[in-house]
Amino acid sequence: MKTNRKTIPMPMRYLINTVLIVLFILASTLFVNSDAVSGYFTKILMVIGINIILAVSLNIATGYLGQLPLGHAGFMAVGAYTGGIFLKAVDAAKATGGTYYLYVAAALVLSGIVAGIFGILIGVPALRLKGDYLAIITLGFGEIIRVVLTNIDSVLGFDLTYGASGLKRIPKITTFFNVLLCVVLSCVVIHMVMKSRHGRAILSIRENEIAAESCGIRTTYYKVMAFTMSAFFAGVAGCLYAGYLGSLQPSSFGFMKSIEILVMVVLGGMGSMLGSILSATVLTALPEALRAFSDYRMVVYSLVLVLMMIFKPTGLLGQYDFSLSRILEKLMNPKKSAGKKEGASHE
Amino acid sequence: MSEQKTKLVEVPGGIIPERDVSQPPVLEVRHLGIDFGGLTAVDDFDFVIGKDEIGGLIGPNGAGKTTVFNLLTNVYQPTRGHILLGGVDTRGKKTYEVNKLGIARTFQNIRLFKTLTVLDNVLIGMHNGMGYNLGSSVLRLPAYWKQEKEAKQEALSLLGIFDMQDLAEVHAGNLPYGAQRRLEIVRALATKPKILLLDEPAAGMNPSETAELMENIRRIRDRFGIAVILIEHDMNLVMNICEGIAVLNYGRIIAKGTPEEIRKNPVVIEAYLGKKGGTANAEG
Amino acid sequence: MAFLSTLFSQVINGLQSGSIYALVALGYSMVYGIIMLLNFAHGDIIMVGAYVVWMSTANFGFHPIVSILLAVVVSTTLGVVIEKVAYAPLRSSPRLSLLITAIGISFLLENGFQLIFGAGAKVVPDFLTGPSVHLGSATISFSAIVTIVVTVLMMAGLTFLVQKTKLGKAMRAVSEDMGAAQLMGINLNTTISFTFAMGSALAGVASVLYLSSYGQASPTMGSMLGLKAFVAAVLGGIGSLPGAMLGGFVIGMAEALVSAAGLSVWKDGVVFAILIIVLLVKPTGLMGKPMTEKV
Repeated sequence: MKTNRKTIPMPMRYLINTVLIVLFILASTLFVNSDAVSGYFTKILMVIGINIILAVSLNIATGYLGQLPLGHAGFMAVGAYTGGIFLKAVDAAKATGGTYYLYVAAALVLSGIVAGIFGILIGVPALRLKGDYLAIITLGFGEIIRVVLTNIDSVLGFDLTYGASGLKRIPKITTFFNVLLCVVLSCVVIHMVMKSRHGRAILSIRENEIAAESCGIRTTYYKVMAFTMSAFFAGVAGCLYAGYLGSLQPSSFGFMKSIEILVMVVLGGMGSMLGSILSATVLTALPEALRAFSDYRMVVYSLVLVLMMIFKPTGLLGQYDFSLSRILEKLMNPKKSAGKKEGASHE
Repeated sequence: MSEQKTKLVEVPGGIIPERDVSQPPVLEVRHLGIDFGGLTAVDDFDFVIGKDEIGGLIGPNGAGKTTVFNLLTNVYQPTRGHILLGGVDTRGKKTYEVNKLGIARTFQNIRLFKTLTVLDNVLIGMHNGMGYNLGSSVLRLPAYWKQEKEAKQEALSLLGIFDMQDLAEVHAGNLPYGAQRRLEIVRALATKPKILLLDEPAAGMNPSETAELMENIRRIRDRFGIAVILIEHDMNLVMNICEGIAVLNYGRIIAKGTPEEIRKNPVVIEAYLGKKGGTANAEG
Repeated sequence: MAFLSTLFSQVINGLQSGSIYALVALGYSMVYGIIMLLNFAHGDIIMVGAYVVWMSTANFGFHPIVSILLAVVVSTTLGVVIEKVAYAPLRSSPRLSLLITAIGISFLLENGFQLIFGAGAKVVPDFLTGPSVHLGSATISFSAIVTIVVTVLMMAGLTFLVQKTKLGKAMRAVSEDMGAAQLMGINLNTTISFTFAMGSALAGVASVLYLSSYGQASPTMGSMLGLKAFVAAVLGGIGSLPGAMLGGFVIGMAEALVSAAGLSVWKDGVVFAILIIVLLVKPTGLMGKPMTEKV
């Protein structure tokens, strides 16, 4: 603390970071939209982005809050179907100009909010329970969502989700720019919350719930808050997914999907946003890069999960988080400087 | 401290025998009791403590001392009796609400936020001292900057009580044992309590550390004008620092009085040493 | 009368599937009782057992009795090996790590088998054949009778083992207080292995009974079966053996009744809804002991 290191004053840091992030978004969008990048590659980048949002959102509940929800795909499904149904209902494909972007933004926000509401609905009762029980109850919730999405039409008497055959012809609103913007916004918002009194309250629950409560933290409130945030961003990711694929089936949001997201978080290091980002990227890109590998994907995922827990339970990055400013400061200080990496998390 | 006080009269239930009754007590406990299943863990616990007073709670292992702390902080809900905190009945309140009303505690088996830094531990204690909302933190509004800055300064000044400012960026779990106990006290103080409950603060400390701790507890009392109740097995510490002591055995108070009175009390000696008796510098 | 006989046969169906759930639920409950782990891989042990039966009857043409014994032996061994390899190194780790490991093992088995044998179901020829019983217009199949009888026998045997034998006493002691049990000279590793062995043996038996009623094995068969058995264990009160039995039968009956009402597509939803309601109303389950954290 008392060293003579050069530091960047706080508001200045944020200004620098904001400029850097905006430049990053513009540059990468221009690059991706140019002829240098193939459509196939762009698609992979979009999936990576969606998976990053899923991973960083699950990381809120798993890494920061210290719970193990096993129904994250359920929130994603809620968001995906909300977005899909909304986009079809307003017929976003036919809209033009400002109205189109308004519809897209509305779909994303609405998906997040509906998933968030489900987060509150399931979180309020579930978070009264601890550890394993929370895991089970969220697992049960995820399964129920799937059953409901498959069978709800027969109860309603009209076609809403189109059951097992799937919701089709959803306007394909998802672009690289949309995804990137959502990734950056999600990461920034999560980061801002976590580096505040609210975020510290969430962390304190993970560390020691009884001590947190005796420090005056409303633990139930903050648990639900973290859970809801987690669900919100999963919903946004779901909407992007719907707009990317153009069709949805309830079976894609099963237990398997929840575990896939969990592997990303665990591999990166529970509690590290940068870890989630990196492992979501690697685990999405790798099966694409190595086509032969894709058959073994789930086997490798499960092995990774087990080996990780036995040999490096903190994940690759532990709770380390990325800081642009820290790197800038390292560059300013005459020590050996670390290489600059891309990333959206900053301080 | 007590020589400054004017009216020195015995109050029923008070553990400070000659406490100042010109001011209302900070904490008043009446006939408190709790049963676990059919077992009565604490019964008929009467206790009064005022501002600026240091009280001790002693007794053999398993006498129910920590249970009393858990009752005072509403970790357990009492089966019988009342807890009045500054005149407010805390019945049915949540632990965090009791903390807001002014009770902070430390734990016998240290409960720090281990993987967070020392500074963050203290800042979590100051959670309710800051009031900015979620919007302010997401948008980094001026309220965020102002309150975070002030909180950080205050946290460092609190750490200064134990000369721990330099450890601010260390992870709490990596602190040596004694420092962890001290950090728990700082974290508790950060919640701006009226009463500080210390559960075996000197456990695992060597005599010189204990002496320093004793001095610091007095300083904390003087600086913040708060009441302190401590559970301790180190009789030297208890006898030196406490103005009044309550002795608990099998969940009931068997004696109350000044350190001098407790030292001589045959009932206490018997509780500690069994029927045959012996010297009074017993340790449970 | 037609309605009554439909109802009757659904009740028998419920008892039959309930028996299998109960056997599997016992494994979950025993393991939870002893090391506080939700052994997600438990359901997949049934899948492995079923594949053993399929291999040995359909491929090698072994006698049914031999296949059954093989299935039980392989399941038991697998359960013990999983504990030794994956769970034992994590005994002092946070519970979250252990739970994630269990999920990992479960996925490893499912996806590993899918990789080796393909995703499709393997049809196992009838290997438990015998006379059905006719009661008025209703029929009780031979496999239903075998399933229910075997389950009752297994439960009686297990109860005896846990209550009366030395190892059973050790098990109960460890689940009460691991540290104290060790100080009393109980070998922790043996006791835990024994628990996994018993739970997995029951899973092996369950796999045979499952095949006798449904006739096919697939890599993911253990996942839904396991989840529901697990719901049964939680419903009965996880850690409680009579609770697991009761929970199994309740889940089986609930499913049968939902099907009888013509709502079979909602079956899974109903099971999980029961789970959620139980956890909210009585988190310790029907027969579980309340747990409190010492402060």
